[in-house]
Amino acid sequence: MKDTDFRVTNLEAPDCAQHCPCEHADPGRRLTLRAFAGAALVAGAGVTPLPAAARPAVGDLLVADDVEKDPVAVKASEVQAGKPMLVYPFDPGSKQIRNDSKLNKIVLVRVEESDLDADSKARAAGGVLAFSVVCTHQNCEAKTWVAADKALVCFCHASKFSVLEAGRVLAGPAPRGLPMLPLKLQGDQLAVAAPFTTPPGGAT
Amino acid sequence: MSRILKALGAALLSAPMAGTLAAPGPYAPVTDARLQKPEPGNWLMYRGNYAGWGYSSLDKINSGNVGKLQLAWAFATGQGDGHQAPPIVNNGYMFVSTPGAQVIALDAKTGEQLWRYKKELPADLVQVHPTNRGVALYGDKVYVATVDAHLVALDAKTGKVVWSKPVGDWKAIQYMTLAPLAVKGKILVGSSGGETGVRGFIAALDAETGNEVWRTYTVPAPNEPGGDTWPGETYKNGGASVWITGTYDPETNLAYWGTGNPAPWQSELRKGDNLYSTSAIALDVDTGKIKGHHQYHWNDAWDWDEVSSPILIDTEIKGKKTKTAVHAGRNGYLWVLERTSDKINFVDAWPFIYNNVITGVDKKTGRVSYDESKRPGMTKAVKFCPSLWGGKDWPPEAYNPQTGLFYIPANNHLCAELPKADPATPYKKGDLYIGYPLDGVLGSLRFGEKPPETIGELQAWDLKTGKQVWTHKFPTVIWAPLLTTAGKLVFTGGANDRMFRAFDATSGKVLWEAATPSGVTGVPTSFEIDGEQYIAVQSGWGVDAERMQAGMDSLGRKTFVPQGGTVLVYKLGK
Repeated sequence: MKDTDFRVTNLEAPDCAQHCPCEHADPGRRLTLRAFAGAALVAGAGVTPLPAAARPAVGDLLVADDVEKDPVAVKASEVQAGKPMLVYPFDPGSKQIRNDSKLNKIVLVRVEESDLDADSKARAAGGVLAFSVVCTHQNCEAKTWVAADKALVCFCHASKFSVLEAGRVLAGPAPRGLPMLPLKLQGDQLAVAAPFTTPPGGAT
Repeated sequence: MSRILKALGAALLSAPMAGTLAAPGPYAPVTDARLQKPEPGNWLMYRGNYAGWGYSSLDKINSGNVGKLQLAWAFATGQGDGHQAPPIVNNGYMFVSTPGAQVIALDAKTGEQLWRYKKELPADLVQVHPTNRGVALYGDKVYVATVDAHLVALDAKTGKVVWSKPVGDWKAIQYMTLAPLAVKGKILVGSSGGETGVRGFIAALDAETGNEVWRTYTVPAPNEPGGDTWPGETYKNGGASVWITGTYDPETNLAYWGTGNPAPWQSELRKGDNLYSTSAIALDVDTGKIKGHHQYHWNDAWDWDEVSSPILIDTEIKGKKTKTAVHAGRNGYLWVLERTSDKINFVDAWPFIYNNVITGVDKKTGRVSYDESKRPGMTKAVKFCPSLWGGKDWPPEAYNPQTGLFYIPANNHLCAELPKADPATPYKKGDLYIGYPLDGVLGSLRFGEKPPETIGELQAWDLKTGKQVWTHKFPTVIWAPLLTTAGKLVFTGGANDRMFRAFDATSGKVLWEAATPSGVTGVPTSFEIDGEQYIAVQSGWGVDAERMQAGMDSLGRKTFVPQGGTVLVYKLGK
């Protein structure tokens, strides 16, 4: 372990869709822009972004976070009330699990869709909402369910995020809400409908 | 262009040149001889000397004139979270580290920035404790241990990186928060991570090259001495992490370190003493070999990390001259140990705050006995005192050879309730390895029988007699690193009222106080330039002080403490 730089596996493509004025553009165009931005970075940095570290793409399915290979897609019915479930996205074609960056880790929460505002309702599928589990303060995991507040709480510094209000900060040092990952149903499986609503991760 | 504008333009162009080139003069390399006998005017390491006293022999600022102390200069770090590092000073150069593994070099007299180093941290780095507790100086370099588990050597004059070496795996949430210990051509560091299932270690790197010279695990393998105190494979994720700089005795060449809690927290899953968790250990600096140890409490179940290193004091104990190693424990006992060339012997221990778990201390061995009904675990919720943060957490005590007193920044009358622990769950790299429901841990703080009127206590103890000489009580909890001086003063902040204070070291009377921009949990230091004495400290609330305040908030004692770091330097007004 002496001269290894542990950071070499951490290279990431920027997520253009989060920064371009193309939030509501058609998915095809968004993907193109994304690929273009990724290519620009590659040219500049002289490295290839690892698909396992690339951000979730539209159409990705979800797999339990402890699965290393042969991913089996999570079904909406597997997400139980009051029990947040941790997943990573995977590419259904290549079966590549995007678990090489913690910033891709997602927490699924079962909700009553009637409790949601319009934005959140549009991002829910099968009664399930998806958030980046990575706290926007210091990258720890906001995965503890607090039933009284219908909130997710971070294990490091106790930032609290409202699940019914699109991940808004209720308490703690987090500077902004948890990014959401819009979902859709493919049969009974949960799939990614759009990129993260805001970039995941906090200050380092 | 008018002449005025031209003149202004010329002034603007020339000003930065003059500004950036002004430096306090040639840099004085830091040698072993200087570290063993630091000049009174400098503050060359974490606690000022190898013995860990937190003592300055400067006395121009003293109990007679400290009321005239005024701000000499202040410098905003631009960082949030816990600013705990001491301003370290070598012949006019000041080095301050901040959260986010930054090092700022300043002209100690003026506060002008000489250079700034920012470590580029991984985008998905998890920072459980966003803080840094200071740099080490050796030769012409400055050393900083980082939250992504690197040791970085910087050129003291320019801030340029000389080398940067990984000493742990940040993806496993190994991270470093301590000031490194520079001794005999080596830089010694250890890794935090008792809550993430690391196997604690202390490593020595060559000061010149960064090559690892030795690495000693604080949790022995089954074939090593103490290995039989861990069942099966549990030692592999046994914790006993290292948070705070060791002390050093040049006479025996032994470095003394404190170790953290064993992991996971459920003590049923690792039956045995779990050496060398919650212990003091003495390591040979040349080889890393563990020469002696004393475990403050065995098979910990209360998260009472004994993180601070014992303080080395040669004094009389019960009429007998003793080379001691003294430690105010998170378990609430004040430990007086004897250091020899190949052992740490128990001398005496007594409680300095309320503890209802420990029922006795064996007079000969120092082994504690427990009220086992106060042991949290996997069968039921349990309430116990003191709280998870204990009687004294990491903030360092201080020893003043002028007063002969030992000062402790304590928290008293606080308890905790842990819920029933989780069933055994396997270790998972990059995740917490605690074993309790998180909301239960975060919400564990409790009062005792009734809400106490005071909690924080600055205590002064006479080690010769074992008597408490004075105590200053605070209405709230404190996170209060101490500085004591030959001017018969104790300086500290620590409370949530943003104050930085000077106490009479003999009587405990508050002699001076000043409000700061945030809360002060930084280690104060003192130094001298051109015959003038200065007191320096960082203000910047965060980390566990903030967590514990959140616990107090939930108990109904709400206080808002703003965040943001400032280096503050004081001197006497005319």
